[in-house]
Amino acid sequence: MRALLLLLPFVGLLWVPFFNVTEPSLFGFPFFYWYQLAWVPLSSLITWYVWIGVKKDDAP
Amino acid sequence: MIADTFDLPAFAVFIALFALVTGMGFLASRWRKPSTLEHLDEWGLGGRSFGTWITWFLVGGDFYTAYTVIAVPALVYASGAFGFFALPYTIIVYPIVFFIMPRLWQIASKGGHVTAADVVHARYGSRKLELAVAFTGVMATMPYIALQLIGMEVVIKALGLNGELPLIAAFLVLAFYTYSSGLRAPALIAFVKDILIYIVVLVAVAIIPLKLGGYEAVFHAADAAFKAKGAGGIVLAPAQYLPYATLALGSALAAFMYLHTLTGIFASKSGDTIRKNAILLPAYTLLLGLIALLGYMAYAAGIKPATNNDVVPLLFHTLFPGWFAGFAMAAIAIGALVPAAVMSIGASNLFTRNVWKAYVNPAVTPAGEAQVAKLASMFVKVGALLVILFMPTQFALDLQLLGGLWILQTFPSLVFGIFTSFFRAPALLAGWAVGIFGGSYIAWTDGLKPLHTLHFDGTAYTVYIGLLALVANVLVAAVGSAVLGTAGSKK
Repeated sequence: MRALLLLLPFVGLLWVPFFNVTEPSLFGFPFFYWYQLAWVPLSSLITWYVWIGVKKDDAP
Repeated sequence: MIADTFDLPAFAVFIALFALVTGMGFLASRWRKPSTLEHLDEWGLGGRSFGTWITWFLVGGDFYTAYTVIAVPALVYASGAFGFFALPYTIIVYPIVFFIMPRLWQIASKGGHVTAADVVHARYGSRKLELAVAFTGVMATMPYIALQLIGMEVVIKALGLNGELPLIAAFLVLAFYTYSSGLRAPALIAFVKDILIYIVVLVAVAIIPLKLGGYEAVFHAADAAFKAKGAGGIVLAPAQYLPYATLALGSALAAFMYLHTLTGIFASKSGDTIRKNAILLPAYTLLLGLIALLGYMAYAAGIKPATNNDVVPLLFHTLFPGWFAGFAMAAIAIGALVPAAVMSIGASNLFTRNVWKAYVNPAVTPAGEAQVAKLASMFVKVGALLVILFMPTQFALDLQLLGGLWILQTFPSLVFGIFTSFFRAPALLAGWAVGIFGGSYIAWTDGLKPLHTLHFDGTAYTVYIGLLALVANVLVAAVGSAVLGTAGSKK
């Protein structure tokens, strides 16, 4: 069931109106840009968490 | 052939790095030396032995191509926020890879399959469906190779060398070491390419904003320029929401159907290698997001590129000393060699397994397969070179656009069979045909644009045509399979 977490990046990145704004900005980056860039490590982390689960399932 | 923009330090650094990777390309045949290279598994898949790090460099090196480094900032420079769809695209592609590719790898490894079409033939026993998948793969990848050449052409010109001889020379060198070393050559060169690109981009995104007054100033300059132009912007217009999302999703589904990406997947040594890479490869996506910002930095730097593709070379030449500009151009040119080599190897594997072995000589030995593939890789590269030399550049760009649409139509045939036995070969073939021809027709009548506008109840919805064609493809395949399901027998 952990695998369902892999759907989160799709929701977070394909629901465009949610992040199509400039404020709040961060380090000079408008929201549109830092929000999407933030999804890179976030998505990696989610995938890693799912992978840990897969390894447990594979164990005897 | 030497223009007045010729810069000796830049040229010297460029030539030195190019010579380094050429030497590596030829030596690669002795790297992780197998008992023989005269076997398609060795020449075409590097012995299916690449672990996490080699796969990371190889797939990173051939998925994020030289053309990406030129074209993404060019699109961002031209249209603003819309050009950033490459970012969500290259994030959501990895959950897809994580979910699908380890299983596909396992099937390929167990069955000794080298290509996607091999997998499809083994699953459905249909020569027609196999040929459809193989043909689509080659047709979609050829223009992609040509695009890498365009990327090289842009940087060679930026070094102040005119004429076609430098491009021809670079490509022939590539063709010879791919011939002798197979997939080991791009795998080894990918280490150099990726490290160079990381250095270039990290230096660029740290130094350029310092020179231009910080990121805030960069975004302000871009915003002001778009407002003055009256087109584009640093956020999307509401009418761009659906195009942005559908292009990202469609591209992500298509990305690992291509020959070069699949070859990288099949060459890895285990399913877990692929899972770990789905976690680690997004590092390149971060890089891509930063590269895209070069399009905005062009506005802050006040440069006036002749064409959008000149944004990146011109930016480096304006803001950096010659030797570093040469370093950056070498990184991009070497960045073109890795994907071009893997693409031509992928196409040769397809030709060998799904045309030569299937129709010409079914009794071919593994050594014979390797020989056919080596020769095919020469033809593929020379073909791409001729296209660039004798056809207008726009031709390659248009074909590349259609190629994305086409390769996406192989998704159901290749992937659905892993998860369910519901689908039947004739239905999948019909769906493929509807997707390919329907999608191409819509793209053609829209003037070769990736987006199509549909009207429902007076509301306009603009979506990526590839995704639209995929929906029709899946519907036909599902309905057809349901009808055949009661009559047809499962292979």
